[in-house]
Amino acid sequence: MSASFDQSYVAPRRPRRIFTAFASRPGVVLSSLFLLFVATATFWPQLVTTDNPLLADPIKSQLPPSPDHWFGTDHLGRDVFSRVVYGARYSVLIGVSAIAIAALVGSFLGLVAGLARGIIDEFISRFLDVVSSFPDLLLALVLISFTGPGTVNLILALGVASVPRFARVVRAQTFVIAKSGYVEQAKTFGLARHTLIIRHILPHAIAQVPILATIGLGSTIIQAAGLSFLGMGPQPPIPEWGAMLAEARNYLRVAWWIGVWPGVAITLTVIAISILGKRWQLAFEGRRQA
Amino acid sequence: MTALIEVRNLKIGFPRGAAENTVVHGIDLTIHRGETVAIVGESGSGKSVTARSMIGLCGNTASVCADTFEVAGKDVRAYRETDWRRLRGQEIGFVLQDALVSLDPLRRVAQQLSDAAGRRKLFARTQPDFDSHGLLQSVGIPDPERRLRQYPHQLSGGLRQRALIATAIARNPSLLIADEPTTALDATVQKQILDLLAERRKAGHTLLLISHDLAVVSRLADRVLVMNGGQIVEEGKTADLLRNPRHPYTRQLLDAVPSAGSKGFRLSASAASPGYDQAVPVPASAARLPLPAKTVHSGNHVLSVRNLVKYYGGSDTPVVNDVSFDLSAGEALGIVGESGSGKTTVAKIVLGLVEPEEGAVFIDGQLWSNVSDDVRRPRRSIMQLIAQDAFSSFDPRYTVEKIVGESLEITGLYGAERRERVLEVLEAVRLGGDFLQRYPRELSGGQRQRVAIARAFAPRPRLLVADEPVSALDVSVQAQVLDLLAELQAASGTSLLFISHDLGVVHHLTDRVVVMKDGRVVESGDVAQVFSAPRHGYTRTLLEAIPSLA
Repeated sequence: MSASFDQSYVAPRRPRRIFTAFASRPGVVLSSLFLLFVATATFWPQLVTTDNPLLADPIKSQLPPSPDHWFGTDHLGRDVFSRVVYGARYSVLIGVSAIAIAALVGSFLGLVAGLARGIIDEFISRFLDVVSSFPDLLLALVLISFTGPGTVNLILALGVASVPRFARVVRAQTFVIAKSGYVEQAKTFGLARHTLIIRHILPHAIAQVPILATIGLGSTIIQAAGLSFLGMGPQPPIPEWGAMLAEARNYLRVAWWIGVWPGVAITLTVIAISILGKRWQLAFEGRRQA
Repeated sequence: MTALIEVRNLKIGFPRGAAENTVVHGIDLTIHRGETVAIVGESGSGKSVTARSMIGLCGNTASVCADTFEVAGKDVRAYRETDWRRLRGQEIGFVLQDALVSLDPLRRVAQQLSDAAGRRKLFARTQPDFDSHGLLQSVGIPDPERRLRQYPHQLSGGLRQRALIATAIARNPSLLIADEPTTALDATVQKQILDLLAERRKAGHTLLLISHDLAVVSRLADRVLVMNGGQIVEEGKTADLLRNPRHPYTRQLLDAVPSAGSKGFRLSASAASPGYDQAVPVPASAARLPLPAKTVHSGNHVLSVRNLVKYYGGSDTPVVNDVSFDLSAGEALGIVGESGSGKTTVAKIVLGLVEPEEGAVFIDGQLWSNVSDDVRRPRRSIMQLIAQDAFSSFDPRYTVEKIVGESLEITGLYGAERRERVLEVLEAVRLGGDFLQRYPRELSGGQRQRVAIARAFAPRPRLLVADEPVSALDVSVQAQVLDLLAELQAASGTSLLFISHDLGVVHHLTDRVVVMKDGRVVESGDVAQVFSAPRHGYTRTLLEAIPSLA
């Protein structure tokens, strides 16, 4: 009963040197550095490479990796390194936008369902059941086949497929928070319903959304690449990683580097995001227990 | 008498960063066979960790050292985990505070008992030659056949605590340690458990009781050790210690117990009190300070409750059944009853959080129940709530300043004015400006309840609803909180609706009392009258269950 009163003392965090941080959590440090690089490639690809990713040069086609072309060149003689760097913009932004849409729509639906309860909750929950009864990728594929391929449609389709994950968590949290002692107490202060929701329910209900989003981002990037590979996403000559894989598959026997580098980029990005997401989740759960 | 436990110069510490935080500072302790010893002190005094050290359960990080540490004649200082395991259950049984969390929710009572009796085979469900029947009967559980098949959640709080005690004595240990065995229980159930322990004591068993409440242990214990800050400040025969407390801290603990005799006086020690700081024997009552007098405007009803009826979730039996009472301006009314008697539901109806099915609530003569939120909201600042668990009534993201300030929102107090009022009430509960930027998790239990009281008084309410505001607190902290409530209530002339299962507290604090059982009011009237001449049998049972000093 009185257990909740005993809060152990938490020492203020001492500034640690990067070296000791690296020694204790090499995965987190390496992931952070890699994602920093990916972020740079996304927003300022010019900083990383001076080559034009779209410039074809038939004379230089299918050159293996060399000091001039680090990742080699593809069948049209385009520099693979600069294509991978510029591709980050598409692959990462598609994933981030899709997750952002899913988080916004999902949180809203979850909050409404959790607060309204009754028939509205029933309606929203069954709708979410229907959406989540299809595999994410299949649902996105069906949606794109209605709307047609393209970057925006890909983002929307992937976003819709991820909505239930967010909505369910937010709905469950809203239930719990709405019954909590401090919401009841705030009610006795005579606060209006919307004040109560914005001030005391919403911030707690969506507390886990950023973590869910980070963890979901990795799989969304893979799905985006997968759909692009099938020709559902950005169209050539846009250097999206999945689309690059699709183009490279015909040359895999003669020029492995065309397909391997975009694949490595996808893999490393997803692993790095997952490591950070899991780490964040652990920190959050630790804080909840304290 | 031979010594069962012999401890000399026991020190227990826990690592804090690089340094060590010592919580027990060299105490001596002897428990003889057949003796009942009690360790009394507030939370953080080191009493629980001392008890745990006797069965090697202080945790991996603890450092325990002693000059002598003997259990049943054996030196246990070099014991490893396997040695301790032989000792636990066999020599020493341990009963924890909360039976609901101490029993495995997925195992039937019979399985838990045979677990405790020591299973021989890993996959054997029960042990054939083990008399679980007799064991349950010995702890006074009626109908053992049925209870053995049940799960912990199917038992009432009292039965659950008995079942837990049964697991602890399954192997007939030489010593039974009970760590706050009744703190989570209602008064009547508490009495049953104390009676059970008293029977064991009569049968010649050895018992070590840990409690924060001197009144609870005084009837049982032969000897009492008073612990404070990791040291034993006083030790003696129970009767001597109660009659003649030598250490000021013991006197403080004795004074903290609310009772009929303490009515109108402060429970917590005050620096101004003569003779308090010196170690001179002064009878506890002589050092008491009076509380400020209240003015009650009887007949001027702030709150009127008429024939309330409330059902929950399609059930046929009402949780509240025909409840009526009035509360005058400046008066303190107590609602007393066990858990499940419907008293908290009454509080929620009064607060306008739950609507009654029948009956009505009037505030200042105007209808308050079953009105729309728009009508009710502007009038809400008239009444304030003090909840049982202050911590969960605070938004964890809010600082103390925002927590207290929020109750002022509806009164239209903003900016510097609001800050000023927040400071004023924080000072009234003796917290002051240092606390403005603190978060709830940085406060102790007593401080949290004081913040809750400050918040409740901030908008100058005419009615205060306090739902078990002190039942989660230690006796000594409870004393401070009750004094504060009484002082502020007298100073502001606020009416108080005080809900509690503790009759001692209600007697101490309130003017009139309503006794509830199974949703009905069984008795009501002036506190002194109801408590000295109870008319209803249930009130008498409740009164008999109050633990009193000696």
